[in-house]
Order: sequence, then structure tokens, then C-alpha cells
Amino acid sequence: MSGEALLKVDNLRLDLVVGSRRFGAVKDVSFSIGRGETFGLVGESGCGKSITALALIGLLRAPLAFGGGRILFKGREIQNLPGSEMRKLRGNAISMIFQEPMTALNPLSPVGRQIAEMFVLHKGATWHEAERKAVEALANVRVPAPDRRVKDYPHQLSGGMRQRVMIAIALACRPDLLLADEPTTALDVTVQAEILELIRDLSAAQGTAVLMISHDLGLIANMCARVGVMYAGRLVEERAAQEVFRAPSHPYTGGLVASLPLLGARASHGRSRLKEISGVVPAVTAFPEGCRFNPRCQARTEICIAEDPEETALPRGGRVRCHHHA
Amino acid sequence: MPETDAMILKVEDLAVHFPLGGGLLGGKRRTVHAVDGVDLHLKKGECLGLVGESGCGKSTLALSILGLQAPTRGRVLLDGVDIAAPGVDRKARARIVQMVFQDPYSSLNPRQTVRRTLEDPLRLHGITDKAEVDGRIEEMLRHVGLRPEQAARYPHEFSGGQRQRIGIARALILKPKIVVLDEPVSALDVSIRAQIINLLLELKETMELSYIMISHDLGVVEHMSDRVAVMYLGRIVETGGWHAIFTAPRHPYTRALIAAIPDPFGERPGVKISGELPNPLEPPSGCRFHPRCPEVRDICRKPPTPPLGEIAREHEVRCLRAAELA
Amino acid sequence: MKLRANLVIGGALFATVVVAGALAPFLAHTDPVMDANLMNAEVAPGSEFWFGTDAQGRDIYSRVLYGARISLTVGIVSQLINTVIGVCLGLSAAYWGGWWDDFVNGLTNLMLAIPSLIFALAIMAILTPGLTSLLIALGLTNWSYTCRLSRASALSLKSQGYVQAAKVLGYGDIRIMLTQILPNILGPIIVIGTLGMGGAVLAEASLSFLGLGIRPPFPSWGSMLSDARDQITTAPWISIFPGLAIFMTVLGLNLLGDGLRDVLDPQSRARTA
Repeated sequence: MSGEALLKVDNLRLDLVVGSRRFGAVKDVSFSIGRGETFGLVGESGCGKSITALALIGLLRAPLAFGGGRILFKGREIQNLPGSEMRKLRGNAISMIFQEPMTALNPLSPVGRQIAEMFVLHKGATWHEAERKAVEALANVRVPAPDRRVKDYPHQLSGGMRQRVMIAIALACRPDLLLADEPTTALDVTVQAEILELIRDLSAAQGTAVLMISHDLGLIANMCARVGVMYAGRLVEERAAQEVFRAPSHPYTGGLVASLPLLGARASHGRSRLKEISGVVPAVTAFPEGCRFNPRCQARTEICIAEDPEETALPRGGRVRCHHHA
Repeated sequence: MPETDAMILKVEDLAVHFPLGGGLLGGKRRTVHAVDGVDLHLKKGECLGLVGESGCGKSTLALSILGLQAPTRGRVLLDGVDIAAPGVDRKARARIVQMVFQDPYSSLNPRQTVRRTLEDPLRLHGITDKAEVDGRIEEMLRHVGLRPEQAARYPHEFSGGQRQRIGIARALILKPKIVVLDEPVSALDVSIRAQIINLLLELKETMELSYIMISHDLGVVEHMSDRVAVMYLGRIVETGGWHAIFTAPRHPYTRALIAAIPDPFGERPGVKISGELPNPLEPPSGCRFHPRCPEVRDICRKPPTPPLGEIAREHEVRCLRAAELA
Repeated sequence: MKLRANLVIGGALFATVVVAGALAPFLAHTDPVMDANLMNAEVAPGSEFWFGTDAQGRDIYSRVLYGARISLTVGIVSQLINTVIGVCLGLSAAYWGGWWDDFVNGLTNLMLAIPSLIFALAIMAILTPGLTSLLIALGLTNWSYTCRLSRASALSLKSQGYVQAAKVLGYGDIRIMLTQILPNILGPIIVIGTLGMGGAVLAEASLSFLGLGIRPPFPSWGSMLSDARDQITTAPWISIFPGLAIFMTVLGLNLLGDGLRDVLDPQSRARTA
């Protein structure tokens, strides 16, 4: 992306506070997203991808705390904005969709009203006007018979329809940035395919940048141009999406790609034993010294235990954080 | 696979209907046909993949095979004996068919050590000699990649992957012939999945097991299965060898399922389907997939439901247009 | 683990009552029933009679000590009966469901609709007053909350994987309830049992106060209070000390119950595990 980035995250540190101790749940994470770009963050549970998104939208709650670094949105530092300022930004310029839409929607309010609320809150529309716009918004996310569906309560809708409503709410004010945290994990594959297409189409049409978060490497690579791979609170590799699959640079990414039973692999190459990554994902309170992947890494040497690797720029673009990267 | 493969399990015209509503206060009594006439067979040493989206009846079918859900109609034959019949001895069935659960957290009793989890079933089934019990527990723990001294620990002391190993050990401790795997890796961290998949495939050989695996992850299904059955709204719509299903799927639903998996390289072509699962209380007439089918013709909408027709050896499709769609 | 104040204070109060009751023969100065001496009637608390004497000249200190035995016996035994009934009904209703569940639910609602003290009063009116009757009356009337709690907890565990796994392994229903479900719902049941014990101590006092529980001359705190009614202005110590004993016991049990809840509550433990 050329020119000024829409979002720039600079050495972000997020701490898990347990009593008087602080653990670096996210440490020195830097990335940027251009206007209209779709950027992916991929990683396993506890890698810090979801709390990174929460920090961006100012929803970090105890026991998590901001630990340092900067978040620049349209050139403005937003990591220390007061609550009232952040609320103006949230839902308006930056919005978010979650994995389980049922918990994010108000069960006692018709979905149309919840969409309309966004126009009233952020655009100063009247309720009458907003309700009309809510029907449009539902039509926009391809909900059939939107004029009737606006009166439905969340429990009357299927999981896929609820996620569409969430997207309608999130995109109501034409935000510059949409944070999508595992938006399709709770859905069936055919519904997932539709929701992903919807996010892709709408963000392209509105020029909305998307930060897509998932544990599914295939999904992220499919949706995003660039991908950041996170492991144990660190961004270990940032590359063009397909490069991550074709020529992973970090041993963790490489191990992950080799461990996946990719659809079509057996038909084209026959069945071979999957490559395993030994060990377990460490808990936030027990991240190892040095490179955080070192206990599970096959390329480990002395330096990996002694020294935390710096980020290195890769010759063909992208960055990696490894002493022995490919 | 050689022609003489022994059949180990045969499911005949199995149906599970759940009554809804009605009762004392009247109202129309309605029935959900969760499983509606399923015929299946499992050969010795094979892994049968059962795929389909939520609500297709694959879990109910598995529960019936395990004797946890009484069938409304039909039989589950094992060596000529109906093991789904209500009068069947639970213990006798337990020595034949076992289950590995999806969630490694809720599937282990938090108040029991690993040892008790494995010891109680042995004792219940008449193995009370201390040396033999100890020997079998130790052997089983080694089989699943745990150390015998870990038997004294409680589930919360283990990681998700290790817990799943304990769950597998529990399923295999009685040396069953058939194991139902219910989404065995989907609740695990991505970097742990390969370990469990490899373990399951190894155990299948060393312990001469046959698997029925439920999964929505088609990559895992392709990697592990010998044959695959695709279910939609309580019925099997396509069944065949893994190679046929994944390289030459014939039913439009199977094709849509495969096309819906995000391809990291963005190359996989395929049909997209729209809409969601119809209300199972009022299944569509004729072919149940017709409202979502991209290949639908008028004839598909008319009853009766098309039969499961053989289009090649061991490849059956429930579609009127199967021949045209080749 | 950090020890909680309510657990410590409640435990200490309860332990005091238990020790007092257990060692009553050694701690008491006189026989609580036999040593009546009208010459010493209504003596104020002092060095000879620590808590004073009642209208019949009996040592209140000794009577309060012996009263602890009755209160504890009634509290513990009747609550044990309640817990066993409640757990059996609640657990089986949740596990088996169907008509049995409907029946147990109906019975529970019925029990909840009748004030348990009135019910106990009715039972006592039929039976001859005495300790055994009291245990029966209080043990049969207070299981509804335990039953509801057991049923709700068991319902939420019934669909857990490990219960399903036990079925697949061939466990019988009773074995599943006892080995898989019961150990995992025991925490809240112990809590509600402890709180119920306080309630039973109060109920015993109330019944005895009304003359339907422990009959005089046996020293129950409730009957002692009842006896002291006429002297409440002239000799207040006769009612104050048994009253204080009830107060301390019930407070102790309630604090203990609350403290146990903090420790045994599965949610709070899950967070620390």
C-alpha cells in the first residue's frame, strides 16, 4: 500500500495483569493496514490476535491492560483516547464483528431497531429515517424479505442471518476499518462461504479496510492480500498471503502449513504422515525466554534460547522474526 | 481394498424422529425427522467419513449406533445382532463400539484421575486382577503417547491435546472393534491437530479398529477416510470411496460443500450455493436439496424423493440428474 | 489459597458449639435436669452461676451446654435426611427425566408451597413430641431446595461428554449418577446443607418454643426460651443466654456456608484452576 496507512500499529504491547505481575500477552507487534486493504491475522488460541483487535477498538478490559506502543488511526494516536472520544470512533469509523453474533446482539430488541440505532447514534438521523435505512442495510447484506425481517428478534434468525445482521450493524456507518474476529467459525461451511463473500464484496464497494482474524490459515490466505502470523503474543511473520503457503519463512509457519491436511492434498500427492509440531501452545503466564517458539522448534540452536530475535525484512517483501529463517 | 473385506457393521433403514409440541395443551403434534432412512455399512479396518452441515443428522445417527439414541425405525447390525435395539446389554455393546468426543475439556470427569478414568471401565467389565489392570492401563497410555506416571494426575493438569489422548485411551481401553470419532480434532489448536490425526491413524492399524468419523473439516475427512457418506436433512445424498467423492463428486450438494472450503490459492473452482438449511419440520418436497440446488429442474421439486442410485461401483448418489451431471 | 474471613469466623463459631456439646459432661457444673433447687431460683449471673439460674434454680450455663447437643443433633441429622432425600430425588429426576421428573417437580413445588415449619408442626402434632419425632418432622420438610439445586446442577452436567462416555462404556444409571454426576455437584449441595443446618437449629428452637419439640425438663434452647417468657423483664438472663447460643450457632453455620460457597463454587474454582 502506498501513501499514508489507514491504521498503523507500532510496537504494541498488551499485558495480562495477575496481582502485581505483568505478562506480555502481546509484545512488540507492528503492522499497518492501507485504505481498503484486507489484512489477516492468523494464530492459535492465546496467541494474542483477538486482544490485539480489542485494543484497536478500545475494548480492552481487566485483567488485560495496555502496556506500550502506539496505535495510529488516520495519523492520529488513539491508544490513549478518553472513553467518550473512543465511543465516537467505535461503530462509526472503526467497527467490529464477533464470532458468536447471538452474544453481540441485544436479545430483547428487534434487529431492525439495533441497526437503526447506529444511524441515530452516529449520523444524527431521526428514528423514522433510521428505520427506513435499516431495511436498506438488511437488503445490502442480502437478507431475504428485509422489510419483514427488521421486526424479527435475534433468536428468530439462524446463525448465518444473525451474522448478516451483525455485518449490517458494523457497516451501517460506512466505517473505514472493520475488525472481523473469527466471523464464520460458528457457521457451517456453505454459510461461511456466503458470509465471506459478503464481507469481501461490501468492503470492496464501500472502500472499507478489513482486519480479518482467524485460526484458519486457508481462510485467511483466501481472503487477504497480506497476512500476519502470530505465535505466543508475537508477530512472527508478515507476508503476502500466498507466499505464506508457498514458501513459509518462520519455522512455526512452515510447521503449521506442513501439518495441515489441505483439501486435495491426498488426491494429488497421496497420503503421507502429517508433519507434527511437537509440544503444546504455551500459556500467557509461561511464555518461554528467548524466541517464544524455541521449545517446539526443529531449527533451534543456542541463540534461540538466549536471545529474542529481532524482526528481519525479507528480500521478497515481508518480515520475519527468527534467527534462522528460511 | 480387496473385494473380500469383511463387513463389520451394517445400518439398515435407520430413522430417528423427534416429536415436537403437542402434549396436554393440544396443538398440532409435529415430528422432526432427524435421521430418515439411512443405510450404511462399515468394513473391517476402514474409516468412514460422515460429513454434512449442522442439522443433517450425522450426530444423531452416530448416537444411535452407540445406543445413546433409540431409533424410531431400522436396525444397526453387528455380526447379525441388532445393537441399537432397546433391550441390548449396555456392557456387551460397550466392548464393541466406543466413542471419542469433540471437546477434550467437557469429556473428562474433572474429579477423576486418568487412572480412575481408565480403571473403572476395566473393573466394570470384569477385569479385576490388579496386575492385569495396571498392565492394560500402562500399555494404553503408552499407545496414546502419554507416560504411565501421568496416570495419577487430574484432567486439568493436561493440555487440550493431551486430554484428547486421554479421551482416546478411554475409548480404546475395552479394546472395541469400532470407534465413533465425533469431530476429534476440531476443538484442538491447529498446531496440535496433526499429532492427534497421526495418532488415530496409527491406532487404527495397531489395534485393528474401524472408524466412523464425523467431521465438518473436509481436509481432515479426505486425509483420514477410506469411504465418505454425505448427509443432508437426515438422508445420505452421496456415498463412495474418498477418491471419488473428492475428485469426482456427483451430487450438487457434495460439490457445493467442497467448493465452500476457502482455497488458500484462490484456484478451486466450483458451484456456490445460496440460502440456508430449510426448516426440518417442513422438509421440501421431492429432492430435499432442491431449494438450494444450482442444477434444479422442475422434476426435482415433485415427490417422491429420488432414490440413492449407484453410478459406479461403490458410488451412490441421490440425484435425479446424476447421469447428466457427470 | 487465601483463607476467607467468613470461613474462619463461621468455622470457629461452629467448632465452639460442637466442642461445647461434645464436652458438656466435663464442662457443665451441674446436671442440667436433675439439679433443680428452688433455693437458688433466678439467681443473676455471677461467679457461682456463670449464666445465672432459671425459675427452678437450674444452672443455665450447664443447660446451655447440654442444649448444644440437642441443637446439633437435630441440625445435623435432620439436614442429613433432607440432603439425602433432596439429592436422590433431584439427581434421579434430572437424569431420568420423563414422568419421574414431572412427579418430583410437582412434589417439590408442593413442598415449597407449604411453609415447612407449619408442615413440621403438623407432623409433630401427630407424633409424640420428642427427639426422634423432631428429627423426622424436620428431616422430611426441608429437602425442596436441595432437590431443586441437585436437579438443576445435574441437568447441566447430564449432557457433558464424560457422562455420555460413561454410558458408552456400559455404566449403569445409578453408577453414572453416583460416580460421574454426584461428585461434580457436591460443592453447592454442601453449601446449601450447611445453610440448611442453621435453619434446622432455628426450626428446632421454634418448635420447642411452641412446646411441640423437646419437652421440658430436657434442655433445648427453644424450650428454655419458652420457659423464660414470664421472667423476660425480671430475669432477662434466662432468655438471653439460650438466645445468644442460637444466634451464635446459626450465624456460625451461615458464615460457614457462605465461606464454603466461595471455596467450593465450581465457577470460582474454574477460574483459579
